[in-house]
Amino acid sequence: MASTSSFDPSPIEALQALEQRGLDRRAFMKVVSAAAAAVGLPASLVPQMAQAAAVKKRPSVVWLHFQECTGCTESLLRPANPDIANVILDVISLDYHETLFAAAGYQIEKALKTAVEENAGKFVCIIEGAIPTKDNGIYCKIGGKTAVEIVNEVAGKAGAIIALGSCASFGGIPAASPDPTGAKGAPAVLAGKTVVTLPGCPTNPYNLLGVVLQFIAFGTLPALDSKGRPLFAYGRVIHEDCPRRPHFDAGRFALAFGDEGHRKGYCLYKLGCKGPSTHANCSLLHFGDVAGAWPIGIGHPCVGCTEQAIAFRVPLHDTVGIDRPTPPDQYPPIATDHESRVSPLATGIAGVAVGAVIGAVAIGASRLSKEPLKDEPKKEG
Amino acid sequence: MSAHAQPSPVGGKLLTPGYLLLLAVAAVGAGFSLWRFTKGLGPTTSMSDGYPWGIWIAFDVVTGTALGAGGYALAILVYVLNQGRYHPLIRGALVTTALGYTIASLSIVLDVGRWWQLWKLPFFVSHWNGNSALLEVALCVMSYTAVAWLEIATPVLGDYKGSKRNPKLAALAEKLHPALKKALPFVIALGVLLPTMHQSSLGTLMMLTARLHPLWHSQLLPLLFLISCIGMGYGGIILESTLSHRAFRRSVDSPLLSRLSKVVAGVMLGYVVLRLGDVVTRGALANASPGYVFLFGVELFLFAVPAFFLWSDLRKNAGVQFGAAFALVIAGALYRFDTYLVAYEPGNNWSYFPSVPELIMTFGLVATELAVYIFLIKRFPILGGRSSEPVT
Amino acid sequence: MERREFLKGLLGTGAVATATTAEASVQRHREPAADAIGMLYDATLCIGCKACVVACREVNHLEPEGTLHDRQTELNCNTKNVIKLYKDEADPSVFSFMKQQCMHCIDPGCVSACMIGAMHKEKGGLVAWDGDLCVGCRYCQVACPFQVPKFEWFQASPKIVKCELCKERLADGKQPGCTEVCPRKAVIFGKLDELKTEAHRRIAEQPNLYQPKVYGEEEAGGTQVLYLSHVPFEKLGLPTLDGTSIPYRSESVQHGVYQGMVTPVVLYAGLAAVVVKNWRKGEGEGEGPSDEKKEHTP
Repeated sequence: MASTSSFDPSPIEALQALEQRGLDRRAFMKVVSAAAAAVGLPASLVPQMAQAAAVKKRPSVVWLHFQECTGCTESLLRPANPDIANVILDVISLDYHETLFAAAGYQIEKALKTAVEENAGKFVCIIEGAIPTKDNGIYCKIGGKTAVEIVNEVAGKAGAIIALGSCASFGGIPAASPDPTGAKGAPAVLAGKTVVTLPGCPTNPYNLLGVVLQFIAFGTLPALDSKGRPLFAYGRVIHEDCPRRPHFDAGRFALAFGDEGHRKGYCLYKLGCKGPSTHANCSLLHFGDVAGAWPIGIGHPCVGCTEQAIAFRVPLHDTVGIDRPTPPDQYPPIATDHESRVSPLATGIAGVAVGAVIGAVAIGASRLSKEPLKDEPKKEG
Repeated sequence: MSAHAQPSPVGGKLLTPGYLLLLAVAAVGAGFSLWRFTKGLGPTTSMSDGYPWGIWIAFDVVTGTALGAGGYALAILVYVLNQGRYHPLIRGALVTTALGYTIASLSIVLDVGRWWQLWKLPFFVSHWNGNSALLEVALCVMSYTAVAWLEIATPVLGDYKGSKRNPKLAALAEKLHPALKKALPFVIALGVLLPTMHQSSLGTLMMLTARLHPLWHSQLLPLLFLISCIGMGYGGIILESTLSHRAFRRSVDSPLLSRLSKVVAGVMLGYVVLRLGDVVTRGALANASPGYVFLFGVELFLFAVPAFFLWSDLRKNAGVQFGAAFALVIAGALYRFDTYLVAYEPGNNWSYFPSVPELIMTFGLVATELAVYIFLIKRFPILGGRSSEPVT
Repeated sequence: MERREFLKGLLGTGAVATATTAEASVQRHREPAADAIGMLYDATLCIGCKACVVACREVNHLEPEGTLHDRQTELNCNTKNVIKLYKDEADPSVFSFMKQQCMHCIDPGCVSACMIGAMHKEKGGLVAWDGDLCVGCRYCQVACPFQVPKFEWFQASPKIVKCELCKERLADGKQPGCTEVCPRKAVIFGKLDELKTEAHRRIAEQPNLYQPKVYGEEEAGGTQVLYLSHVPFEKLGLPTLDGTSIPYRSESVQHGVYQGMVTPVVLYAGLAAVVVKNWRKGEGEGEGPSDEKKEHTP
């Protein structure tokens, strides 16, 4: 852990300090700029973020793992250009992480206890994985304590709580039917607390980076929706930013994997794409540092991994409804056609009625005309 | 010997098989109207944004009130022009008018989309739009319905004064009739003013649209509607009088009717001259399609030919009278249908023909009118003429 | 006095009274209000992106026309604004988009038609509908030369639906939804006189591009939504109308006869006088000019 600085150096000096630690300045700025852009902060604030990242006392981060596959951690570690992991690990003080720490047993539990007590009210608690609640939560115990106990104890003293991944956000895969362990997300267990949820399977690491950087630079959390998801990443559905949207609007769909439409990159809606109902920014960020590396980009319909109502519940190839239909890629003509309102039955009935009346009058008139004429009285005064 | 026998109830059994059939048709129509009120106009009618007005306006209201203009037309003859000899016809004509306008009012309730707001029309005076011809039509129709009922109720009630067979009606007559009778001339004057206003305004209504074919769209629409309505009114009297007197075995005053026929003929010939003159002066025939020219020709033919018959001595033949009066009524109805529906051109392939439920509800309303009419003339002193059957 | 002459004199008085009162209020076309607002749609700038269609739907909380796509093909009870495409049949390179919505006429036919003022003009001259007054008679649909008001045929409690210039947004100081969202400023919002000036400026600047007329300046007495186009206006579905306001067609008669209700009152006075006189002639016989004697009481 680096020593803290009591003075407030200029950004140049801060970056020089980072260079001494072996961190490439360009890569560092790239990462910070990307994170700032993701969070929606203006470019003018990047220097401030960078400075904070380089200089401020590195905030303590306690990273809890429960019912998880560690995919979210791995997604953070995978990118190499730039190396986010190093950035993150150098701007925060990771005081507890079960995967990355060499220590085990009593040592690591002591580290956790120390970090929590020393930084109470100020540390960031990241939770990865779902929390089992059935049968008093015995299905996940670490160091003799259940996940429920641990999360209440640790998150109870945290300055900010981030639930990383779908499992920590709402239960994810462990909560899928038949849900034998009563798996719940962190917000459900930590009722009443503000929990920033970053669902995804895995979550895009830039989303985590953006939240963490904003917190350490400004001490604030980004604007959240009703489910605790940052609006900068989860404010829009995939359908709204999907590069295949023009195909949807024009009615061009892939109907089977490998068919002509699929090969041409047509819209995957009819193959069960959950894009219209899934809030996420995958189409904008992609994954793994490879452009186009995201589900729809490689030709598989979105599975809605960020949505509690869809992920691991709705079959992969079932279509979802469109919440806000928009006009198609066609134009109505100036003069609209309308279907005929003339019903043959009605015409017949009307014809019969009119004919009957005319016929009756004709018969009546001919009968009346056979009566003798009567003279009119003389004109009176 | 006077053929002007005093009006008396026709009497006889009310619930004849024919009458029960009328009631059945009325009931079916009422049932369909429940569907219309719960589901809206879309599922039950053929009206659309292209054709917002259908037969409930064109027939039930516009043509129906013109058919019921007999009371109006006769009131002019009898009370304004003092031709008292036509007086025996007036009660029957007034019942037709009162009923016709009541049914037209019911049709309006059926037709408008937000019918529960109709009560606001006569009372929200500060919201009245004086520019709207339709407001004038609505208020006049409402008032005239009341006036027509007053006009017929007053003399009928008067007949019950001192009646021993109907003590309740006699008591009512004692209480109300004196005031009603005093007011009657003023009510009658109102009954001449109001239809003059709204029957012409029914023509004014269609001046506002940009989609009426030039053969029908004219500055003379109000005048043409008024004149044709007078003709239809007189024609309606001839029809109603002939039918009801014969159906209920009363003697018919044929000479009276044939005098009336000559009046009608004169009015109709005047209409034909105006209509033709207007169309020719505006050059509206020039670019009209053959279909429209034919329709226009049929209208004029149906006005002119019977008018000639009714002017000539042939009018003394009851059959000619009847047939010609019917043709005139049809002509007036056709003119109104053309103005409101046939020559109304929304473009964009919109089409309209009344749907089956629409027709059924119209039949229901007509059946209701007939049923009430028959009830009234059987139970109340409306029809004159000597009975050829003993009154039961 | 001879009855005939009495009647003649009566009608003459009525005619004079009518003529003198009929004049000023009936005009062939009215001037717009001083604070008149409106929109200017320039078909040469429109790219057919339909952002205005989507915005109108969202701002007005209207139902979409379909589940997969929102196929708005024309104005109807769910669509207050629509983009249509005109393509020349002979030469497909000649085309234009057309934005269709209420024209907010200066002297609207619908307002003149409405019996009880449900269709009325509000601040700025925008034309709005009041559901508390409307009886659903649909005369406004008959009267509108642009066939704009649409009716909810399939509702038991039907409304008349049309663009109202987003009047709630205007009250909040915002723009109508469509003009705010247009990415090319093809449709803009502003004061009517400024829009007119701008429209003419554009025509003067590029006379070879535009049709030499601003549609809506005089049509139907003038509308508060103006159109500029590179193709003839009738190709865009805009009807050819002269400068006479629609209400003039019937108000010329309505006011002529009914102005201040003078004629009806005079006519009634005359009629009543005649009827009463004839009544008295036939008095004593029961009910008027008849010489019947009561034969029996029913």
